[in-house]
Amino acid sequence: MKGSDTGLDFSFNRVRAMVRRYWYLLRSSWPRVLDLIYWPTVQMLMWGFLQLYVSQNGGPFVRTAGVFIGAVLLWDILFRGQLGFSISFLEEMYAHNLANLMMSPLRPVEFIAALMIMSVVRLLIGMIPVTLLAILFFGFNLWSLGFALAAFFLNLILTSWAIGIFVAGLLLRNGLGAESMAWTIMFLFLPLTCVYYPVTVLPGFLQVVAWALPPTYVFEGMRALLIDHVFRADLMLEAFAFNVVLFAAASFAFLKLLQSARAQGSLLQTGE
Amino acid sequence: MDAQITSAITVDRLVKRYKTVAAVDGISFRLAPGSITGLLGGNGAGKTTTIAMIMGLVTPTSGTATVLGALMPKERYRVLHRMNFESPYVALPMRLTVRQNLSVFAQLYAVADIDERIADLAADLDLAEFLDRPTGKLSAGQKTRVALAKALLNRPEVLLLDEPTASLDPDTADWVRGRLDRYRHAQGATVLLASHNMTEVERLCERVIIMKQGRIEDDDTPGRLLDRYGRETLEDVFLDVARGRGGHREVAR
Repeated sequence: MKGSDTGLDFSFNRVRAMVRRYWYLLRSSWPRVLDLIYWPTVQMLMWGFLQLYVSQNGGPFVRTAGVFIGAVLLWDILFRGQLGFSISFLEEMYAHNLANLMMSPLRPVEFIAALMIMSVVRLLIGMIPVTLLAILFFGFNLWSLGFALAAFFLNLILTSWAIGIFVAGLLLRNGLGAESMAWTIMFLFLPLTCVYYPVTVLPGFLQVVAWALPPTYVFEGMRALLIDHVFRADLMLEAFAFNVVLFAAASFAFLKLLQSARAQGSLLQTGE
Repeated sequence: MDAQITSAITVDRLVKRYKTVAAVDGISFRLAPGSITGLLGGNGAGKTTTIAMIMGLVTPTSGTATVLGALMPKERYRVLHRMNFESPYVALPMRLTVRQNLSVFAQLYAVADIDERIADLAADLDLAEFLDRPTGKLSAGQKTRVALAKALLNRPEVLLLDEPTASLDPDTADWVRGRLDRYRHAQGATVLLASHNMTEVERLCERVIIMKQGRIEDDDTPGRLLDRYGRETLEDVFLDVARGRGGHREVAR
């Protein structure tokens, strides 16, 4: 059992311990599992039936309407990815277990790695059944997007982790008073990243903001693929570059907020 | 333990200030390896903040806290695997079984043979009958025993205990004290114990540090404190200090 004073060394064993902890929790509670599937299913069905209605009634929006299900499924990757990260973190606060972890040899980077893994696990539990239902109900096969889906997924999950890391920092610093941020922060991205409409719909100044957010490139790329049948690798690379910057900024903010939490004594009192 | 370390815990002119309030106000003490010390004081005396700074959970405003030669919190990762703690202000996840909780923490602390260690602790702390029960379904006494098992998982050289028997009935509290004493003697661990419970401190501790309003009011062995204040129990000494009576500070170190 060796220790270093930098906190920069990394143990897969400690990450595995944390993943095991969250897996035990998920396994012990069927409402938690149901919650992962319930809302994505409701969303997908609602947008799917709307798409069906629009396409049955013709008009200039028929072609655009074809992307509704794709958009809602990709949005869920972004939203559920962040929520999966943040909820696992919140579970430690609800359980009053944070000081136990902070006092253990677990490094912040290992904690974050475990939360990232759990966000993917939770996402897959929710999204796999929903994508299968989308095939069954509406004949929309997200998996047929192949490599493009992998590029979309990578960029969306990176953004969701970056936001999750930032929210975790806020929670450490401000306690459960910042809990509502965990549930609502991603909704700011919903209008700005143009999930359901092209960027050109936005007024000029908001277009500048939209193009500074990585998911915008993904949703534009999805529309290019589904409407024009073109995979825009350039958009994916730009999204990735913005994600690297966003991830680095979120990690820096997290470390600063953690430092501030230690100074303010917030790690012992993680309640309201 | 490192050969050159002469004190397991060194606190030097430690201050923690929150805005205008000094929670800890320039305290200093050294704890010898293998010693057991009680940190006494009323609510708001600064005991928990002191322990939190020793654990590295709170950054001091000024002064230093050193554990096993590592400056806290800066060098905490050098020594966190050699320390552990128990406090009523933290809990273990309630939905996980006792075994699951202990095995997660054992892996975090890189305990060598996890199953064997859990079995040993279960036998020693009488946990066997509820090892596979969710932690949240246990009684307060059982939860305290589980928290103690978590604190002893890595056979810590430094054990920090904040009110280890709070909310326990006298019988369970006495049982916990017995186990703590046994562990310290068996492992030669250094124990710092914050408590309101004078019986506990009197029974376990060879040295008592009394805090009031963030400062050390007195620091001595229980016997010498009783002699100096002319009292029969530490509770009376505590009341004298809390109410500003008696001959304290005469021999304060």
